[in-house]
Amino acid sequence: MAQIRKKKSKETPPVSTASLPDIVFMLLFFFMVTTTMREVTLLVRVKKPKATEIQKLDRKDLTTYIYMGAPRNTELYGSEPRIQLDDQLGSVGDVQSFVILKREEINEAERPKFTVSIKADIDVKMGLISDLKQELRKAQALKISYSTNPAGSPEELYKTY
Amino acid sequence: MARNKRSIPEINAGSMADIAFLLLIFFLVTTTMDVDKGLMVKLPPWSEEPPPDNNEIREKNIFVVLVNSNNQLLVEEEYMELPNLRAAAKLFIDNNGDGSCEDCRGARDPKSSENPTKAIISLQNDRGTNYDMFVKVRNELLGAYSELRNELAERKYGRSYDLLNEEAQTAISEVYPQFISEAEPVSVGG
Repeated sequence: MAQIRKKKSKETPPVSTASLPDIVFMLLFFFMVTTTMREVTLLVRVKKPKATEIQKLDRKDLTTYIYMGAPRNTELYGSEPRIQLDDQLGSVGDVQSFVILKREEINEAERPKFTVSIKADIDVKMGLISDLKQELRKAQALKISYSTNPAGSPEELYKTY
Repeated sequence: MARNKRSIPEINAGSMADIAFLLLIFFLVTTTMDVDKGLMVKLPPWSEEPPPDNNEIREKNIFVVLVNSNNQLLVEEEYMELPNLRAAAKLFIDNNGDGSCEDCRGARDPKSSENPTKAIISLQNDRGTNYDMFVKVRNELLGAYSELRNELAERKYGRSYDLLNEEAQTAISEVYPQFISEAEPVSVGG
């Protein structure tokens, strides 16, 4: 009988890893494009409230953030809720000039879309937030957003009260 | 000539993957994918003098929501729990007392609002109210409007409001425009 079957080598061929760099580069580019560096170091504690009727803030470059909450370093700043503007704690009186400065940085055509996002802690009292709102009105920054986390359902919000 | 035979040695690309991995891990760690989301609000422009007493806005067209410093709700001078607020606000907006709103399905109670374009919700809070409670109340009021808009969109176009084209969305938001006023803080007490 003629030998039809070829003798196969039992060893499995090694998996080629030549495409590994390509895959890794692809992932790398994805993360490089989507990454946003943290703009500020938070000096205050912020636990955002939850809500269901939320809208996305899609233009980050047109948004200015104002953080409110109890300071992290209570020995230095006390435990009363404070306002954080960029990298420092400020008072309500500083808000107006801060917002005007921020708005100046934006291209003039897009200034009407300027939005202030208020990232406040759930335990902040409305007195401070009302003061802030008055200052924003004085600075003609009328588009604001109360920053919240999405809640699953309205029922989830009724639990505490 | 002997020199021509020398070939350029290939650069070893084996470490390329390592470098890429290093960068990849760096970006993986630093990346934050959070998109800022929130309740969008438009503030009224600042004016030095207090707003004039507008007699044209009739008492019955204003839905007063008070939140005191104990985070309790007083809606139209009655104590209310948060889960009931949405339904109460919907009844008020959709009431259609003068019958001018053709798309409304309201009860046409003469003591409540005349039509959705005249109905105003006034949200007042104490300086001691918690921000969390305020956002929840605000969320319920916005929810009342979006539910009404959705219901109308389903009736008219058979789709929810978000899925409509821009033209249809404006048509519906003209039927139910949002009038929520955040009054300056008062001492509601409690």
